[in-house]
Amino acid sequence: MAQMTMVQAITDALRTELKNDENVLVYGEDVGQNGGVFRVTEGLQKEFGEDRVFDTPLAESGIGGMSLGLALQGYRPVPEIQFFGFVYETMDAINGQIARLRYRSGGTQSAPVTIRSPFGGGVHTPELHSDSLEGLIAQQPGIKVVIPSTPHDAKGLLIASIRDNDPVLFLEHLKLYRSFREEVPEEEYTIELGKADVKREGKDVTIISYGAMVHASLKAAEELEKNDIDAEVIDLRTVSPIDIDTIIESVQKTNRVVFVQEAQRQAGLASHVISEIQERAILHLEAPILRVTAPDTVYAFPQAEDLWLPDHKDIVEKVNQVINF
Amino acid sequence: MKHVLDSVESQFEMFQILNEDGKIVNKDALPDLSDDDLKELMRRMVYTRILDQRSIALNRQGRLGFYAPTAGQEASQLGSQFALEKEDFILPGYRDVPQLIWHGLPLYQAFLFSRGHFHGNQFPEGVNALSPQIIIGAQYTQTAGVALGIKKRGKKAVAVTYTGDGGTSQGDFYEGINFAGAFGAPAIFFVQNNYFAISVPVEKQSAAKTLAQKSVAAGIPGIQVDGMDVLAVYAVTKDARERAINGEGPTLIETLTYRYGPHTMAGDDPTRYRTDDLDNEWEKKDPIVRFRKYLEGKKLWSEEEENKVIEEAKEEIKKAIKKADEYPKQKVTDLISNMFEELPANLQEQMEEYKEKESK
Repeated sequence: MAQMTMVQAITDALRTELKNDENVLVYGEDVGQNGGVFRVTEGLQKEFGEDRVFDTPLAESGIGGMSLGLALQGYRPVPEIQFFGFVYETMDAINGQIARLRYRSGGTQSAPVTIRSPFGGGVHTPELHSDSLEGLIAQQPGIKVVIPSTPHDAKGLLIASIRDNDPVLFLEHLKLYRSFREEVPEEEYTIELGKADVKREGKDVTIISYGAMVHASLKAAEELEKNDIDAEVIDLRTVSPIDIDTIIESVQKTNRVVFVQEAQRQAGLASHVISEIQERAILHLEAPILRVTAPDTVYAFPQAEDLWLPDHKDIVEKVNQVINF
Repeated sequence: MKHVLDSVESQFEMFQILNEDGKIVNKDALPDLSDDDLKELMRRMVYTRILDQRSIALNRQGRLGFYAPTAGQEASQLGSQFALEKEDFILPGYRDVPQLIWHGLPLYQAFLFSRGHFHGNQFPEGVNALSPQIIIGAQYTQTAGVALGIKKRGKKAVAVTYTGDGGTSQGDFYEGINFAGAFGAPAIFFVQNNYFAISVPVEKQSAAKTLAQKSVAAGIPGIQVDGMDVLAVYAVTKDARERAINGEGPTLIETLTYRYGPHTMAGDDPTRYRTDDLDNEWEKKDPIVRFRKYLEGKKLWSEEEENKVIEEAKEEIKKAIKKADEYPKQKVTDLISNMFEELPANLQEQMEEYKEKESK
């Protein structure tokens, strides 16, 4: 075991897979000699050579299209989109092309592509760097969407994503890159995609979350405990497909749910998850399911982030509403 | 500045070997093709013209679905494909079904593609190609990737793609040729300029006087070729392929061509935007007429041979349509099972639902 930040755990996963499988290729804008704008690919080009880890021209659509092409030649591409706000440039390549390749070829071709991209607020980035756009890709059939919240999860989920023979979008929250360290096994391991994780067991209310909001939810759970409210915190880890079984099991135990996301109320995953719960467990609910989200405006100007982003206080407030319904 | 434009445009004069009368006008550039090769090229062009006529008729009868007419573009489509090898990878646009057929896609599958059946896209092992791309430009960036993959694998092969004149306005068009250039990847990019993108003439796409000169922006060679001249298209493709497999990078080839029919069979009416004069002018440039004259002059082609090809084509088309008719209908469970290698929980659940429905 070693103490690692999430950035280190991701680098470690990339190194593991570059070593394991010669078809793995890592590329994007500044990921080579520079080691990535967040040092995620630090040292990888030096270790594995320019043939495996390389820079590309500055064009997200080209990176996306090139990924499908490399997959057609038997490679296992792991491209990076520098910030996920830039996904609009490559929406066709991801949703229109990569996600559909297996289906449109009647199962004869596939695109084992893992697109890595940072996102997320709280670090005062300039415009269109922090937007939470996972909801856009989660609506596209044919691609999985993974969002880790801890170094341990990040390593196991990234190795599993790269080994998956279908496309995966792997979103890395900027604020979680170096915010804390955790014990991470040095050897390789995988975490099954599509499986949620109960980060805190509780019996009074289920808080479902992902990304940075998992930590806000855990902090809220500590506060709530002071008032004898025992919250169960579920980290979705994979937001498409979602782990219905783990969610429903928890709802049946606690009978109350608050869904927490950093994305705006009209975006993200909240609506989808809540629909699934009401279809499958309405008779177990003692109260309506409430949502903690950002407001339905464009992502905040940096100085307004603290006011705009949801935090643990918002979660405590909603949980109290659900408990006292 | 005007001077700069003039000097750029002068670099992209149309390359031609065979003129409208079927006479060789560029003897030095004549490609090295045997008599059998020349006859096979003619056979394919005639066959494809018949395929187009029959496809339009079958579409009107409701026995085919989506269809983008190809008549007029035989030299551009087949002259280029003829210069390829089996290991070369084709990324076609929606009008480029003929290249797939001559690259090995069975005809009945091409018909299933037209109708909208997944089996049409289940290419046989060894047919190195993607199914026709509907998103104009996407095939270009993908080609850069396939070509880079070929280069990394150390294969002596190329990735080949096609778009139209309108497609050169897309961002992916530029990104594709620029990526291939930056990586020195073995790619051949075709622009089949038939002067219209549905109803919009090429002059409204760009102020550039040629489309071939767009290669300059990527720093790669570009050439404009008479797309109604099968020998010229073959020769430039062969040359681009040679340079690509020798590690000299990609080429952009603009073929000047024409579609005699509508844009697609989905209600487009070319008389709304094209004049009879223009159509007549291009009828005179017909690639089949001109190549027939050339081959007849060499005593390599006769009416009898041509009729044989026509009958053979009609017969094979009839059989292929029948085979397409007989192919099992699609089920939702088929569509679900083609989504992922391993079905995620939501699809497993929906699979059970539809299995139940289909069993009733």
